[in-house]
Amino acid sequence: MRLIFHVWRQSSRKAPGRMVRYESAALNPDMSMLEALDVLNEELILKSEDPIAFENDCREGICGSCGFVINGLAHGPMAETTVCQLTLRHFRDGQELYLEPWRARPFAVLRDLIVDRSAFDRIIAAGGYISVPAGSAPDGNTIPVRKDDSDRAMDAAACIGCGACVAACPNASASLFTGAKISHLGLLPQGLPERDSRALRMVAQMNREGFGQCTNIGECEAVCPKGIRLEVIGRMNRDFLRASWSKRER
Amino acid sequence: MQLDARIPSGPIEKAWDKARFEMKLVNPANKRKHEIIVVGSGLAGGSAAATLAELGYNVKCFCFQDSPRRAHSIAAQGGINAAKNYQNDGDSIYRLFYDTVKGGDFRAREGNVYRLAQISVNIIDQCVAQGVPFAREYGGTLANRSFGGAQVSRTFYARGQTGQQLLLGAYQALERQVDAGRVRMYPRTEMLDLVVIDGCARGIITRDLVTGAIECHTGDAVVLGTGGYGNVYYLSTNAKGSNCTAIWRAYKRGALFANPCFTQIHPTCIPVSGHYQSKLTLMSESLRNDGRIWVPLHRGDQRKPGDIPEAERDYYLERRYPSFGNLVPRDVASRNAKSVCDEERGVGEHGLGVYLDFSDAIQRLGVEKIRERYGNLFEMYQRITDEDPYKVPMRIYPAIHYTMGGLWVDYQLMSTIPGLFAIGEANFSDHGANRLGASALMQGLSDGYFILPYTISNYLASRSFDKVDADRTEFQSAKNDVEERTRRLLNTRGSRTVDSFHRELGKLVWDYCGMSRNAPGLETAIGKIRELREEYWRDVRVMGAAEEINQSLEKAGRVADFFELAELMCLDALERNESCGGHFREEYQTPDGEALRDDEHFSYVAAWEYVGPDDGPKLNKEPLVFEYVHPSQRSYK
Repeated sequence: MRLIFHVWRQSSRKAPGRMVRYESAALNPDMSMLEALDVLNEELILKSEDPIAFENDCREGICGSCGFVINGLAHGPMAETTVCQLTLRHFRDGQELYLEPWRARPFAVLRDLIVDRSAFDRIIAAGGYISVPAGSAPDGNTIPVRKDDSDRAMDAAACIGCGACVAACPNASASLFTGAKISHLGLLPQGLPERDSRALRMVAQMNREGFGQCTNIGECEAVCPKGIRLEVIGRMNRDFLRASWSKRER
Repeated sequence: MQLDARIPSGPIEKAWDKARFEMKLVNPANKRKHEIIVVGSGLAGGSAAATLAELGYNVKCFCFQDSPRRAHSIAAQGGINAAKNYQNDGDSIYRLFYDTVKGGDFRAREGNVYRLAQISVNIIDQCVAQGVPFAREYGGTLANRSFGGAQVSRTFYARGQTGQQLLLGAYQALERQVDAGRVRMYPRTEMLDLVVIDGCARGIITRDLVTGAIECHTGDAVVLGTGGYGNVYYLSTNAKGSNCTAIWRAYKRGALFANPCFTQIHPTCIPVSGHYQSKLTLMSESLRNDGRIWVPLHRGDQRKPGDIPEAERDYYLERRYPSFGNLVPRDVASRNAKSVCDEERGVGEHGLGVYLDFSDAIQRLGVEKIRERYGNLFEMYQRITDEDPYKVPMRIYPAIHYTMGGLWVDYQLMSTIPGLFAIGEANFSDHGANRLGASALMQGLSDGYFILPYTISNYLASRSFDKVDADRTEFQSAKNDVEERTRRLLNTRGSRTVDSFHRELGKLVWDYCGMSRNAPGLETAIGKIRELREEYWRDVRVMGAAEEINQSLEKAGRVADFFELAELMCLDALERNESCGGHFREEYQTPDGEALRDDEHFSYVAAWEYVGPDDGPKLNKEPLVFEYVHPSQRSYK
C-alpha cells in the first residue's frame, strides 16, 4: 500500500514550521497510522534525514499520548479511535494525508506533531481531585453508590486527556476535558464536599490558561476518542453557576 | 555480599505491625527538611510521591511522559485483587497470601506477600474515597469478579479500564500536592544515572527531553517506580517508552538485580500480524472466564473455525486441566498455547494463534450479556483485526506482559544501596516466578500508598544527612558519563536504525529466553547478544542533535541498556537449573510436560551484582524459607 503524507515539520517551539511531502510504498492495510509513521521514519533515517517527531506510548488507545490532525480531523476519520488504533485499511491506496499537530494557543508546538499539553495538568491540579490523604478512608462499602451514578461517573472518567477536543473546537475550548473531570467526581457521593470549590477553581484555571469559551458547537464530542458526551459541559456550567451563587449567599 | 531481607521475626500475621512499631519516625517539623526523589509516576511512583508529600516531605517526581497521568499503569485492564471477602465466598487475607505464594511457584518471600495481602483491603478503601468509579451492584455496593485462575471473587474493576482509573486516582492525589507546592513535577525528564555518595543514594542525573539539558538533582533518598523491562523483547504489551534504564543504571552503581529471568507471558494477546508490528495488544484475561480455548485436533487443518465440527476440536486446557480448565494460571495457559502451535495445530495466517471462542457463552447468556461484560474488548479486537468476535472466534497468542524480576529489595523496599528504594514492578519482591492476574495494581499501590511512606521515614530517621551539592565530583563525573554516552550514540552515524537493532535483539531474547528455555539455546543467545551489542555501538545511526527533542536518541540509550540486561537474563536463566512459574527450562519437566521445580537446590532469590566492565556479574543468593505455605507441585488438573 502506498500513501502520500504531508507532515507539519517544525524543529522547536520558536522555529517556523512548514508542510513537507513524503511518500511511502512499504505500507500495509493492517498497520496502524503510527506504524506507518514508524516505517516512514525508518526510511528517513536511512536517507540521513531527521525522523518525524510524534507523541506515542501505549499504542492501545488509553494513555492519551498520541494524537494529531489527519485531513482536518482530530485523530482522523474513524469515530472513537485514537491515531494509534487507526488502521490504514480505512484509507485508499495512493491517498494524500495531511498530518498536523493540535492547533490551539495554550498548546504550543514543541516539535513536528508534538504539542505542550501541560495546561491540562494545571487544570487538574486546580481541583480535579478528592482530598483524601492515604490512610484516612472508611471501608469501601460504607457509602453505597447508585449503580447508574457510578456508571455515569465512569463514562466521564474515561477521558484520556489527549487534547483532541481542544484541537477540534473553533474556540479552542477545554470545556469537554474540564467538564468530564467535574462530572466524574461530582456524580459520586465522595466528591460532593468539594463540588463547589472544584467547579470554581477548575473553570478559573481553564480560563487563565487561555482556552476559549464553549459555544455549544459540539465538535469536541464528535472527535472524542472515548465518546465523552457534551452533557458534561452542561454539568460543569451548572456546578459553576450553582457554586457562584452559593458563594455569593455565604 | 550478605543479603539481609530484614523480615521481622515472630508470627507472620503480626510482622508488619511489629515492623511499623519498630520503625523510627521523622518529627513532623523535620519532614519538610528532607527532599525525596521519586522516579516514575505510575501506580507505584505516583502514589508514593503523593503520599510522601501528604506526610510533609519535599518531593521531586520525574517521568519521561508529557504528563504523570500517562504512565503505563494506565493500560492495565482487568482489575485489582483485595481480600475483602465482600462476596462471602471464603476469601481471606490468608487465602490471598496462600494463592499468591503458590501462584508464584514458591519463589516469592512469604513475609512480603503476607503484608501485600493484608494491605490489599486498605487500597480499595483508599481508591473508593478518591472517587475511583469501581463497578457496583444495583444495591450500591462494590462488585467483584473472579479473575485469572482464582476460585474466589476478589477482583475489583472499573469496566476494562481499572488501571486507568486507579492511576487517575493517584495522579489526582499527586496533582493536589503539586498545587500545594509539596511536589515539584518534572515531566518529559528521563533519569539517566544514579549518584551514590559515601555509599548512599543521594541523587540522579536526568535529561530534559525538550531542551536536552543534562541536569543533577540532589535528595536524601531516591525511589525508583520505573516499571518493568518487558520491552527487552521489542514486541510486548508494554508501552513503547517503557524501559529498564533507571533500574539498570542503579544496578551498575551497585544495586543488586534479582531474578531477571522471571518474565511473564500473558496468554491472551492479539497475534502478530506482520514484521512492521510495533507492539502487541493485550486483551484482558477476564475473557477466559467465558471464552473457550481450542485448536483443531489435526495438524495443518486449514478449514475456517465454523467448518470444524465439535468432534475435531481440541479444547486442550479443558482436556488437560479438568478442574481449572480455561482458568489455569498465565504461565500454564501460555506454555500450552505454544506447545499446540509447535505441533502445527496453531491457527491464523502464521500458525501462531489459538481460538478463544465465545459461541457457547453467547448461546448460554445471550449476546447482550456478553456485550455488557466484554463489549469494549470485542470492539478493540475488531478494530485491530477487522474480524467480528461475536461471529468468529478470536485468535489469541501469548506475549510478554510483565517482569517479576527487578531490583533486589528488603522488607523495607530498600535496595542494597542505602537510600535507594524500588517499588512496584521495578522491584522483584512479591510475585515469585509468576504473577497472578490483578495483582500488579495491588502491589504498585500497596508499595506506594502504604509501605514506602513508613519505611522511608525509618531510613531518614536513622541517620543524619549532610547537605550535598551538585558540584561534588560524584555528580559531575556521573554527568560526564551521561554526556559522553549521548555523544557517542550521536556520533556513531552508522548504517542501521535503533529499531532494527531492537527488533533483532527482541527476537533473540524471545526465541531463546522466552516461553521455554534450554541450556544450549541460552549459551547461543549470550554469544549472539554480545555480537549484536558490539555491532550496535559500531553501526547504529541516530539522527539529530543532543540539544533538542530527539526521540531516536531516547530510544538509542534505552536499547543500549536492554542489550546488557538481555545478557543478564540469559545468564540467570542458564544458572537456574529448574523450571518454575514463567521460567520453563525444557530439561526440567515432569513426564506430562509440567514445570519441575527443584526446591532442594533452587529455593533462593538470585541477586546479581555488577562488579565492573571486565568481570561477569556475581551471583548472590537469598535463601527462601517457607514456614506457612509448604512448597508443593502446583496442580491445576
